[in-house]
Amino acid sequence: MAPAFPRSGDAIFANVERVNAELLTLTYGAIVRQLLTDLEEVEEVNKQLDQMGYNIGIRLIDEFLAKSNITRCVDFRETAEVIAKVGFKMFLGVTASVTSWDTEGTCCSLLLEDNPLVDFVELPDTCQGLYYCNILSGVVRGALEMVSMKTEVTWVKDMLRGDDAFELQVKLLKQVPEEYPYKDDE
Amino acid sequence: MQFFGGSEISPSPPLPTASGNNAHMMYIFNRNGVCLLYREWNRPLRTLDSNQDHKLMFGLLFSLKSLTAKMDPSSAEKGNLGVPQLPGQGCSFHSFRTNTYKLSFMESPSGIKIILVTHPKASDLRESLKYIYNLYVEYVVKNPLYTPGTPIRSELFNTTLDQYVRGLG
Repeated sequence: MAPAFPRSGDAIFANVERVNAELLTLTYGAIVRQLLTDLEEVEEVNKQLDQMGYNIGIRLIDEFLAKSNITRCVDFRETAEVIAKVGFKMFLGVTASVTSWDTEGTCCSLLLEDNPLVDFVELPDTCQGLYYCNILSGVVRGALEMVSMKTEVTWVKDMLRGDDAFELQVKLLKQVPEEYPYKDDE
Repeated sequence: MQFFGGSEISPSPPLPTASGNNAHMMYIFNRNGVCLLYREWNRPLRTLDSNQDHKLMFGLLFSLKSLTAKMDPSSAEKGNLGVPQLPGQGCSFHSFRTNTYKLSFMESPSGIKIILVTHPKASDLRESLKYIYNLYVEYVVKNPLYTPGTPIRSELFNTTLDQYVRGLG
């Protein structure tokens, strides 16, 4: 019997249409630059990036599920592995690793050594406090919400701030199974 | 965007596109019970108004999923009937057949439910439903002008869907 979920995103990544990585990097950079000009406050930009990511995530999940043929999403451990190995590979072309599990299994970290969004980027002094890749935290949060997992996603390590890698902490708040949506009297 | 007649929740059914089509009708629901799409190709008798019809269909499938999961002899869970399920938890029901039609069902972990009603001699349509899910992703989800959770109004999606369904065995 085939495994319930694909172990790696390589096969899928090989089959999807690809675009020049520089195009992605420069487009993303242009978005952040424009947000900084429009909103001026670094906190506002962080929030806006997260919101944009959320809107992407709620759509991305369907494409991800369709291409990877995944049918179950019950176990958070499995989910984290799938996001790191298959999700990141499919959409960013890089694999992440899952580390720092807590004792209950509800909180983990996704470690990214390589991040195409930050090629050529250096944060100037005026942008201290900016989470440049905050769109990624929104994407993960949005996607997980559509599979009944309410999460909190924050950056623990950020290479643009001097750390050695990018580390995204994903904390599962609760799993919300589908409820019958119609009221009984209708 | 203009909505023609009907309420925003359930679009009024379009006229049947082609007779001699293999399928009778198709529904797509999202996880909140909103009917994203209702296509009708061959449905001579219609007794309920669209809203009722969609609710009935959604309710039926919700209950069937719950029932089939609880009756599963290979499962070790002792949950009560009606307890909401997580996506993929328990067994997944995929079709039922009567002497006049066959209803095939597919649910994605994100709660998108695709229901296809065909003639009773249809073979296993799981692969076809997966293909339709892929079509949904390509033509609907990837359209930046589409708001998730609202009825689908894409002519391109409708045409491609009609073409595909016409070719089903």
